[in-house]
Amino acid sequence: MSLLTPAIGLIFWMLVVFLLLVWILRAFAWKPIINGLNDREREIQGALDLAEQTKAEMAKLKADNANMVAEANAARDKIIREAKEASERMVQEAKDKAIAEGQKMIDSARETIHNEQQAAISKMKEEVATLSLQIAEKVLHRELQDKTAQEKLIADLASSARLN
Amino acid sequence: MLFMSTPIRRFLSYVFVAALLISSPLRSFAQADHDSVAEEVNAAEHELEHRLEENEEDFNIGEMIMHHIADSHEWEFAHGVVLPLPVILYSPDRGLEVFMSSKFHNNDHEYQGYHLIHGDSEEIVPADESRTVYDLSITKNVASMLLSAIILVLIFGSVASAYNNRKGKAPRGFQSAMEVLILFIRDEVVKPNIGPNYQKYLPYMLTLFFFILVNNLLGLLPGAANVTGNIAITMTLAVITFLIVHFNSNKHYWMHLVKPTGVPLALLPIMIPVEIVGVFMKPFSLMIRLFANMTAGHIILLSLFGLIFIFKSIFVAPVVSAFALFMNFIEIMVAFIQAFIFTLLSAMYIGSAIEDNHEADHGM
Repeated sequence: MSLLTPAIGLIFWMLVVFLLLVWILRAFAWKPIINGLNDREREIQGALDLAEQTKAEMAKLKADNANMVAEANAARDKIIREAKEASERMVQEAKDKAIAEGQKMIDSARETIHNEQQAAISKMKEEVATLSLQIAEKVLHRELQDKTAQEKLIADLASSARLN
Repeated sequence: MLFMSTPIRRFLSYVFVAALLISSPLRSFAQADHDSVAEEVNAAEHELEHRLEENEEDFNIGEMIMHHIADSHEWEFAHGVVLPLPVILYSPDRGLEVFMSSKFHNNDHEYQGYHLIHGDSEEIVPADESRTVYDLSITKNVASMLLSAIILVLIFGSVASAYNNRKGKAPRGFQSAMEVLILFIRDEVVKPNIGPNYQKYLPYMLTLFFFILVNNLLGLLPGAANVTGNIAITMTLAVITFLIVHFNSNKHYWMHLVKPTGVPLALLPIMIPVEIVGVFMKPFSLMIRLFANMTAGHIILLSLFGLIFIFKSIFVAPVVSAFALFMNFIEIMVAFIQAFIFTLLSAMYIGSAIEDNHEADHGM
């Protein structure tokens, strides 16, 4: 039965030692250990959160980059397209202008030629008329000088008229 | 051995009787005048008895086991290797008395009016039986407990300094080994059972677990004390838990005692006494569980070793050693399990006393 009878001295020492142990360990061991563990848990959680945040930021940056690339591409395409259009337009305009200019030059040349032609024709007509008149005057003058010939002709004419 | 022992024994008993005959007149003479002579005779007597004991062939296994699991005023590491421990006595008439336990030589030897009686367990009784004496000695269990306290302070002091010196770094070595246990107690035992206000009770719970664990493991060493298998120790631990539970309990806990929810009115005269008995059964079960488990383990191991001395055959020893090794492994497991269970149940009792809802814990 002595096994089941608690000894008073042992209870006394147990209380003293155990309560002192709780007090000492709480102050010098459990507090720093638990604080250290909590700090570490917070740090790990913080690091995980930061990683998550960074990941989200990275994804956002990536999306931004893609957007920017797409925008840049679009801008480049637009500029190229516009440049092409402009050049085409300019070429077309130049062509049109050249054609118009050419036409104009051709037209004016044609008009000038026409005018010159007209002038030349009218002048030639005048010259021809003058010359014809002079020739006719000279011919008549000569023809009328030869009397025998005139008479022969009249005779010829008269002979042909009998045949009829 | 058997043939040899009888003559030796006979011879020794002759010597002993002769010594007694010589010493008895001397003793009366010495008590009257010279203490030193009595001392000498006592020493001689002690030695004789010791030699007689050494040649003792009757092996009483019950006595041997009781001697090993009971508390003692000296620390016997092995046969004959004894560390005397201080005896501290308090009596209202004489006040505090302190001396070493080696001053006592045998049951009959009187020192400063006290006898050390080796009965079922050791006891210091005053020669004058009318006096009341409180024995506050540093016994084997107290010494072992102090040793375990020093071990705990050293271990967790170094672990704590590791946390302070290596802030923000990964745990290393012994620190991470202890961290597993600390986190287990915090996250698996204390947090789920006590609830959100667990921080306040965590230091007690951790100390409780590691104190029981270290003492359980120390108790397995040969020649060590059986601290957690002592009812005074387990009782003190259970009473501390009981006091913590009842100093922190809220009104739901007390209401549950006098008016359990969902119980018909007619059953209340039965239920209230049951609930009140339950309040005291909880710490009582804590006390008995740890005490009985640790003591039973020691008794089994000692019984196994006792078989060698009962059969007196060398062929029994290997078998017994194999069994004892197996039992030791089981005891190591039990050391952890009992420390865990005591802490777990303490946490559950505290949790049931401070929880806010009405559904108090009926189990265990």
